[in-house]
Amino acid sequence: MSVASVFQPIAARPAPVRTQGLVPWMRANLFGDWRSSLTTVVVALAAIALLPGMVNWGIFHAVFRPDLGGCQTARGTGACWGVIAEKYRLIILGRYPFGEQWRPVLATLMLMGLLGVSCTRRFWKPWLAPLWAVVMAAYFVLMRGGLGGLTPVPTDLWGGLPLTIMLATLGIVLAFPIAVLVALGRRSGLPAIRSMCIVYVELVRGVPLISVLFMASFLFPLFMPMGKSPDVLLRVLVGITLFAAAYLAETVRGGLQAVPKGQVEAAATLGLTYWQTQRKIVLPQALAIVVPAVMNNFIAIFKDTSLVTIVSLYELTGSLGLALNSDADWRPYKLEGYFFIAAIYFAFCFAMSRYSLWIEKQVSVSRTR
Amino acid sequence: MATRPPPRRRDWSWRSQAFRGLVYQVLAAAVIGVALWFLASNTVDNMRARGIQSGFGFLVQPAGFDIGESLIPYDALDQNWKAFLVGVLNTLRVAFVGIVLATGLGTLLGIGRFSRNAIVRGLCYGYVELFRNIPVLLQLLVWYLFFTDILPPISEPFTLGGMIYLSKAGFSFPVPVWGLGQALAAAGAAVCLPIAWYYRRWAIRQFELTARVRSVFLVPVAIVFAGSILGWIAGGAPTAWNYPAPGAFSMEGGASATPEFLGVLLGLVLYTSAFIAEVVRAGIASVAHGQVEAAGSLGLARGQTMRLVILPQALRVIIPPITSQYLNLTKNSSLAVAIGYPDVVSIATTALNNTGRAVECITIIMLVYLTTSLSTAGFMNWYNNRSAIKER
Repeated sequence: MSVASVFQPIAARPAPVRTQGLVPWMRANLFGDWRSSLTTVVVALAAIALLPGMVNWGIFHAVFRPDLGGCQTARGTGACWGVIAEKYRLIILGRYPFGEQWRPVLATLMLMGLLGVSCTRRFWKPWLAPLWAVVMAAYFVLMRGGLGGLTPVPTDLWGGLPLTIMLATLGIVLAFPIAVLVALGRRSGLPAIRSMCIVYVELVRGVPLISVLFMASFLFPLFMPMGKSPDVLLRVLVGITLFAAAYLAETVRGGLQAVPKGQVEAAATLGLTYWQTQRKIVLPQALAIVVPAVMNNFIAIFKDTSLVTIVSLYELTGSLGLALNSDADWRPYKLEGYFFIAAIYFAFCFAMSRYSLWIEKQVSVSRTR
Repeated sequence: MATRPPPRRRDWSWRSQAFRGLVYQVLAAAVIGVALWFLASNTVDNMRARGIQSGFGFLVQPAGFDIGESLIPYDALDQNWKAFLVGVLNTLRVAFVGIVLATGLGTLLGIGRFSRNAIVRGLCYGYVELFRNIPVLLQLLVWYLFFTDILPPISEPFTLGGMIYLSKAGFSFPVPVWGLGQALAAAGAAVCLPIAWYYRRWAIRQFELTARVRSVFLVPVAIVFAGSILGWIAGGAPTAWNYPAPGAFSMEGGASATPEFLGVLLGLVLYTSAFIAEVVRAGIASVAHGQVEAAGSLGLARGQTMRLVILPQALRVIIPPITSQYLNLTKNSSLAVAIGYPDVVSIATTALNNTGRAVECITIIMLVYLTTSLSTAGFMNWYNNRSAIKER
C-alpha cells in the first residue's frame, strides 16, 4: 500500500485571532507597525505635556463669574469666561436698545424656527411659502418697530447674532433663484444671454467679497438717484446676495451638466416647452445632484457675513469688538470673547454640514435602485 | 394621407424659436444697457453735485501716508501709484507664501485622514472640521491678537538658541550676510538648472528606451546643488550670518516678519489647508481600490504606492478644486485690512480716505484681484492639462 493511504493527522488550525474588542482595535489602529506605534507614543506624550495646561487654563483656573478682580488675579493662569457673562447681551444683540432686546430675540427665534421647519422633510408642503412670507413680515415688523406700538429702531442699531442670521438667511434665499437663472443662462443657446451670464459670474468670482462690500458701502450711494440712497443694511444685503449668487450659479451649473442630454431630448419628444423641461425634468435632478455643494455654499455665505464688520455693520464679529473695545476693564479678555463667538459660528456651520449629510441621503433616494 | 409641409426656414412669428430667441436677447441686452446707463448717469450727476473729481490723475500725486512694511523702498512723499505697488507686492507676498504653506500642510492633513493610526486620523478630522467651520476673518483676528497680546514683549522674547526670536515684535530669524558669494551661488544654481533639466529629459528617454532606471530626481537636484556650491566657493565661501538681537524697541539684525504679516499668513494657511485637506482626501478616495491592491501585489511599499500609483491619478481630480482654493486664499488675503497689514485693499482704502476717489480706488482693487485670479487660473489650467491623464 502507498504511503498516502496511511492515516496522517494534520495539526489543528490555530484559533482565529480575536478581531473585536478594545485590544485588537488598539493593535490594528494604534500599534499597527513601529511607525504607527511611534506616532501614538509621540502624540500621547504631547497630549500629556499640553492638555493639563489647557484644561487648567480653560476650566479649573478659569473665572466664570463676571468678577473683574477675580479675572485680573487669574490673568495668565486661567481664562476669564466672566467677560461673556458680563457682556453676552452686547455681544449677541449688538447695539439694539437695551429695553427692547426681547424683540430681536423673539424675531430670531421665529426665523430659526422657520428654518428648522423648512429643513424638516415632513413639512415640505405647499403652505411653507405663505408661512415664509408671514414670518419674514413679522420679523421685520418686530425688528424695525413703528407698527403696533413698537418703538422704531433704525437698522444701523441692529446687530449681533440676529443680524448674522438675517444676512445669511436672506442672502441664501435671495441668491438661490438668481443663481438658478444665471446657471440656466450660462448654458442657454442664446449667445447674448450666455455671454452676459459668463461676464457676471467671472467678474464677481474674480474679486474678493470685501471689494463688493466696499462697493455697496462707498459706491452704491453714487449709483442711486441723488438723495435716494437705500439704507446701508439693504445695500450690504444686495452685495452679499449678488456675490453669493455667482458662486451658487457655478455649483448649479455643475449639476445641470450632470443631467444626461437624453432627459432633455425625451422632454422635447413629449412636447414640453423650455421652462417646463427645466422645471419638471432638469432642475429637480440637477439640484439633487449638487445638494452637498450647495450646502457648502450656504455655509460659506454664513461665514462670509462676518465680513460686514469691515464696512461697520455690527454683526456677531463686529458686536464683539464693539462690546469689548469700548470698555478698558474688559478689553484684555478679548481672546475669550473670540473663543465664544467662534463656538457659535462653529455650532451653526457644523449643524449645517451634518444636515447636508442627512439631506444628501434623502435626495439620493431617486438614484437608489 | 396628407403630408405636413416642411417648416418654413425664416418664420418671423412668435412660434419660431429663432425669432423668440432673438427677441429675448434684445430684451435682455436692453434691460442691462438701460440699467448700466441709469447707474452711470446717476454716478456722473452725483459726482458733479458733490464736486467729486474723477480720473486717475491722483496716482501721480504724493501719497502722503506711511506704510508699515514694504518690499521696495517707499516713503510718504512718494506718489500714490508707488503706494499701490507696495500694496500689490504685499498681497502677492502673503498669497504666495500662504499658497506654498497651505498646500504642504493641506496635503499632509489629507493623507493623514488615511493613516493606519487612529489618533492621526482623528486629529486630522478634528482639525479639518474645526478650522473649516470658523470664519477666516475671526481666525485672522485671533492670530493677530495672539501675536500682539499674548506673546511676551520684545524685552523678554521666546528664543531658540539665541538665533530665532518670537515676541510682540514678530518673528525674527538669521539670514546670511548678502555678498558676492551668495550671488555667485545663485548664479551657479541658475546655470545648472537647464543642465539638470536636460539630464532629466535624457534620463527619462533612456529609461523608456532601455528600461534601465536612472535617478530622475536626486541627480538633477545634486547637479543644481553642486552648481551653487561651486559658485559659493568661487565667491570666497562666505559663512557670515546676520543674527537678530533684541534691541530696546525693535529687533536688530536678521530678518523679521511683522505680527500683521504673521497674523494674516497663519489665519489664511490654517483655514485654507483645512479645505485643501478635504480636496486631497476626495482625490485619493477617488482612486479605485483595485489600484492599491495591484500596487500591493507588485510589491510596492505603502509610501511607493502613494507616490507612484495613487497621487498621480488623484492629481487630476485634485487640481481643479485646489485651484479654486488658491484663488480663495488670494482673495481672502484682502481681509488683511482688518488687522492693518498693508495689502492692496488696505492701501486703497487709505488712499480713498485721503483723496475721495472711491470709484477709482475700488476699480483698482477689483482689477488687481481680477488679474491675479485670472492669471492663477490660467497657470493652473495649463498645469492641469499637463498632468491630466492622456486618454486615447
